[in-house]
Amino acid sequence: MITEQERSIFSITTSIYNWVRENLFSSPLNVLITLCVFPFAFYLFISSGDWILNKAEWDAITRNTRIFLIGQYPQSELWRIGTVAFITTNLLGISWHLKGVVFQRLSLIILVPLISVILIPPIFLDISIGLRSWFALVSMGFLLGYLLSKFQNLSTRVLLVSWSLSMIIDFILLRGIEGFGALPYVSTNEWGGLLLTFFLAIIGIMLSFPLGIFLALGRRSNLPFVKGACVIFIESIRAVPLVTLLFMTLIIVPLLLPEGWRLDRVGRAIAAITIFSGAYMAENVRGGLASVPVGQTEAAKALGLGPLLTTTLIVLPQALRNVIPAIVGQFISLFKDTSLVVIVGLLDLVGIGKAVVLGNVEYIDQQAEVYVFIAAVFWVFTFSMSYVSQIIERSLGVGDR
Amino acid sequence: MRYKLLAAIASIMVLVAVLSVGCTTTDDSDSSATRLDTVTERGNLIAAGRTDLPGFGFLREDGSNAGFDIDLARAVAAAIFGDGSSLEVVPISAAERGPTIQGGEVDVLTRNVTWTTSRDAQWGNFTNVMFYDGQGFMVRANSGFDHATDLNGITVCVTSGTTTESNLADYFRQNGFSLDTVVFEDSASVYGAYEEGRCDAATSDKSQLAAIRSGLQNPNDHKILPETISKEPLTPAVPHGDDSWFDLVKLVMYVLVNAEELGVTQANVEASKSSDSIPVRKLLGVEGSFGQADVGLSDDFAVDVIKAVGNYGEIYDRYMGPNGESFTLPRGPNELWNNGGLIYAPPAK
Repeated sequence: MITEQERSIFSITTSIYNWVRENLFSSPLNVLITLCVFPFAFYLFISSGDWILNKAEWDAITRNTRIFLIGQYPQSELWRIGTVAFITTNLLGISWHLKGVVFQRLSLIILVPLISVILIPPIFLDISIGLRSWFALVSMGFLLGYLLSKFQNLSTRVLLVSWSLSMIIDFILLRGIEGFGALPYVSTNEWGGLLLTFFLAIIGIMLSFPLGIFLALGRRSNLPFVKGACVIFIESIRAVPLVTLLFMTLIIVPLLLPEGWRLDRVGRAIAAITIFSGAYMAENVRGGLASVPVGQTEAAKALGLGPLLTTTLIVLPQALRNVIPAIVGQFISLFKDTSLVVIVGLLDLVGIGKAVVLGNVEYIDQQAEVYVFIAAVFWVFTFSMSYVSQIIERSLGVGDR
Repeated sequence: MRYKLLAAIASIMVLVAVLSVGCTTTDDSDSSATRLDTVTERGNLIAAGRTDLPGFGFLREDGSNAGFDIDLARAVAAAIFGDGSSLEVVPISAAERGPTIQGGEVDVLTRNVTWTTSRDAQWGNFTNVMFYDGQGFMVRANSGFDHATDLNGITVCVTSGTTTESNLADYFRQNGFSLDTVVFEDSASVYGAYEEGRCDAATSDKSQLAAIRSGLQNPNDHKILPETISKEPLTPAVPHGDDSWFDLVKLVMYVLVNAEELGVTQANVEASKSSDSIPVRKLLGVEGSFGQADVGLSDDFAVDVIKAVGNYGEIYDRYMGPNGESFTLPRGPNELWNNGGLIYAPPAK
């Protein structure tokens, strides 16, 4: 007689057996391929695991965690970064109940690494108590927001406004106000690490998206001057590499400005990233615009809508929905492109990595570790972006009409 | 209603973004003001520096800037503001050194810059040589090479796109030697390749060879050959067009050197004010003058400078001395002139 437990074990083993047979050994050729690839994959897995756990030394990262996260942001103003992180996780918690799973998945993506860093004992992960308690506080922010949403379900509208407002508050908090004692000005020169990478990416996305839409609409305009200007702008920006634009804004601009004028370096980098990404965004949006059937515009006209309303209410929403994958792809590449600012001396995540490895003799042999770490960080964020975009696509029904 | 709301949110987002770019635009233009006025009004000194060069400009774990070059800039800040904390270091890439100082974007360039005649003509005014560096070779101690003149037919690791690479080629061509180069992007890669034995020798400025050597597993298995194949006088520079500012920065550099010569240190600077030595009393502004007021500094600015960073030797030892934070490099040409080196400053009179 077979007991219930044995039966379930049996069924699991048969299902594994079936899966292996169907997927790995279904034909003589597949058997051959499996036999060739498997030892190689196994070796790769073992050797990379061995490297990560035994051979690699991670103290270049654990001892410099702070500058990897926030660069040279002053010690006395750390609470401002903490507050910004707290506000963000708090809003995530409050948004947990919203329809769809976007915010829940987003929260998990952020919280799981945070909490695991707090919980890994010091012998395995040598980072300071201070940092751990900051992480704990930020996680508490989420819990607080989550509990709040249990008592009072805020509407989507209120939450959208809160998210937008929080961006303004975050920015003012981080930058400070000149001549205001409680919030002294922190020059963007001192922003660095992941903070700067995020800042460049978020501001770049927020600016290049509307710019792209305007350029795309301009390119489809009937006015020859507007159309011509947009075409020239888009085509000339797309014809040069981002690196060239960065060099232009950072090196040539100071030579053209009058003596003594200073333009913020981070601002210049953002300008380069924005116009570059805006030009590509414009072409994505134009693709979306072209995909909207002419009948839609004609129907809108028949209903008596003017050109402005036709565009904003009928054409754009459909156009943008159709090109979400392309737009998110552009956001992801913008996020990764921010790492190019390192060649003009800004200390983003890659810049800090470079400074740590090259500037300290004791870490000079940990180059591989530092770049593996940076790659992992980039992977986590770009993967989250594409994952969230997939959820949004599914909820909007892109692809199935 | 929904679209109005979305439009409102979108416009708020655009506003933030525009704000962030717009606000960060700082404008301290007033063409009639001297640079000292601009700096005083701004409340801090802006120096272009490095963050990735051991000994000269690097980041500490707490995010602060440190290094020999950084301390030179800190000395200027201390001379003007009384303490060294009013300093903002702008990290720039090598390609930006010229344009930033030409455009007057920074007040002083202390980014490991070699004083050459064409840079002096094009970029800005070079103050006083603060570090005599030069390109050399590092080889394995058991390689049998004792001099750079033995290096015929070897493979050398070098960083790309710098004068280092062209100096190397020139040196080998001049001597009629054959040479294989392995070119890398940065010193960490040169280090890795040399450690793995992909080249017989590594070449760089000697200070950087010393840094790389101290990072190797067994530094004593490697040696730096005595010859120097290029002249690299590292010198802080200021923008063209403001003689008084040029004089001010030079004066601060001279104070650092003269303080070492006179034995005034961070520890004894207060006590030295009541010293019997007339040059010491002059330097510390107790009696007489050596031009402080003419460049716009207070009489006792030297006290603030030495309190903030110490004298020349103390700065050197902090990063490159026997117990230096970065590595150890014998002072060699960077000894004072009366100790057999080249470091010299006009008398403070």
